[in-house]
Amino acid sequence: MDKSAVKARTNKVDLFFRGLTLLCAIAVILVMLAIGFELFRNSTLSMKEFGLRFLSDQSWNPVTSEFGALSSIYGTIVSTIIAMLIAAPMGIIIALFLTELSHPTLAKVVGGAIELLAAIPSIIFGMWGLFVLVPIMQTKVEPWLQAKLGFLPFFKGIPMGVDMLTAGIILALMILPFITAFTRDVLNMVPPVLKEAGYGAGATMWEVLKHISIPYGIRGIVGAMFIGLGRAIGETMAVTFVIGNSHKISASLFSSGNSIASTIALEFGEALNDPLFKSVLIELGLILFLITFIFQVIAQLWILQLKKHERS
Amino acid sequence: MEEKNDVPDDTVQEPVLKHRIQVADGPDSEAENFDSLPSKLVVKDLCFFYGKHQVLFDNNIEIKENRVTAIIGPSGCGKSTHIRVYNRIYELYREQRATGEIIMDGSNLLSRSVDIMELRKNVGMIFQKPTPFPMTIYDNVAYGLRLHYRMSRSDLNDRVEKALHGAALWDEVKDNLNKSGLALSGGQQQRLCIARAIATEPDVILMDEPASALDPVATSKIEELIGILRKDYTICLVTHNMQQAARVSDYTAFFYEGHIIEFSLTRQLFTKPAKKQTEDYITGRFG
Repeated sequence: MDKSAVKARTNKVDLFFRGLTLLCAIAVILVMLAIGFELFRNSTLSMKEFGLRFLSDQSWNPVTSEFGALSSIYGTIVSTIIAMLIAAPMGIIIALFLTELSHPTLAKVVGGAIELLAAIPSIIFGMWGLFVLVPIMQTKVEPWLQAKLGFLPFFKGIPMGVDMLTAGIILALMILPFITAFTRDVLNMVPPVLKEAGYGAGATMWEVLKHISIPYGIRGIVGAMFIGLGRAIGETMAVTFVIGNSHKISASLFSSGNSIASTIALEFGEALNDPLFKSVLIELGLILFLITFIFQVIAQLWILQLKKHERS
Repeated sequence: MEEKNDVPDDTVQEPVLKHRIQVADGPDSEAENFDSLPSKLVVKDLCFFYGKHQVLFDNNIEIKENRVTAIIGPSGCGKSTHIRVYNRIYELYREQRATGEIIMDGSNLLSRSVDIMELRKNVGMIFQKPTPFPMTIYDNVAYGLRLHYRMSRSDLNDRVEKALHGAALWDEVKDNLNKSGLALSGGQQQRLCIARAIATEPDVILMDEPASALDPVATSKIEELIGILRKDYTICLVTHNMQQAARVSDYTAFFYEGHIIEFSLTRQLFTKPAKKQTEDYITGRFG
């Protein structure tokens, strides 16, 4: 063949492409580190002023410059716990329905609808929460809870609707699609022949789920929980609408509170001219950053542990 | 799907014949009284459908008690589908449907009134790929027992040990009963599945190409095991490996396109097939 027909090929493109992908990957890590560093640098003023007391103090008074993060941390944790208590079992149940019970067509429709739920902007959840859910909570759900379970400290006080419980429910709705979709995908990955072997041993559908499908997919399901948890902790807009934004700690879920994210979003405007106030909010941000980071680490360790257990 | 232990088609006939001569004086001595042997399963006019597509046509066959019945035939001939009716595992899939009758111990196991859990306890199944459950070796074997019986710990221990002995796996795992079943080798996993199946002491064991995912050594262990298990169980073995059928089975059915072309003593089927199609298949002219 004519020599000029041979294409002159080099691996320059490969090298360029490899460099590009490496660069993008490193950029992600750099951005993470930069955010962490900036948060830390900008919160030094607040750290110097309050020290570790910041974490255990629940006072919040911009006028006298007294700040503590405890009520925000408390609110974040409590609203997240409520959300997980509702969304985790519900998500798993819906996923089980979609994979094992429902007609395939129905599964597609319901599955699609749940995924759409994830596409709704959080501000809409917030508005819907304030205008629709809050009145229902205030007039129906919370009085009923109080009548039935009022002896518990969680359900004392006047039901206002704008409170921890409502915030938790809104959060639950927002993380439900993630938990459901991930759990469904995990359950769909269980090899059919493994399930057949379970049924073949004479197991019922429930037994196959409990002994085979769920243990087989447990890593993925736990992963799904942590994804939901991570989102719930940092969720801002919807929570800001319905949590009530007061800096106090109360065992009652009917009392208003605040979360780290909602406090930052709401008070940043006022803090711009007050270096200490600004620094306080940034330190709150740092705390949120660390909490989510720690959760991620725990999640990864847990998954690693399960992997090891599986092998031995 | 050709496996390592499959001999190329053109050399099939000779080794098959040799093997039959070797084992001919074994179970076949009662060859002539097929009708007097008790039947464990009597299949009558079994038809099977995937949606509207029919894949089995009027299958009639008798599975003899304490014998190994092999089902051979080319890929897609319906041999796996056929035995998947025996424990009604096909019912997991909406679009699959069977008609006809399968009589076991006097009643039709396809009838609505059959307790399906009980049926599957009595008709165990081994799959093409090993299917250890995500739990310990002990729990794998105890699985069926725990589902179906209330047992004391010591009874359970005994039954698990017995089943593992029965599956020729005890010596390899006795010190590791609390290890995950997934940590075993492929051949060991398959024997674990056999142990799990025999733990509940079923009447019938269905084996759907149980050795096709295994290496030759593991395969010969499984075949050896089948030879031992036939003393206590009725075994139905689907295989695409004709030599395997010849080595381990007493009776062989040849399936083609959903029809049972020929069913007879294994020796007879491999040495003097009655039908032209059977002969073509076993001599490697197609399939």
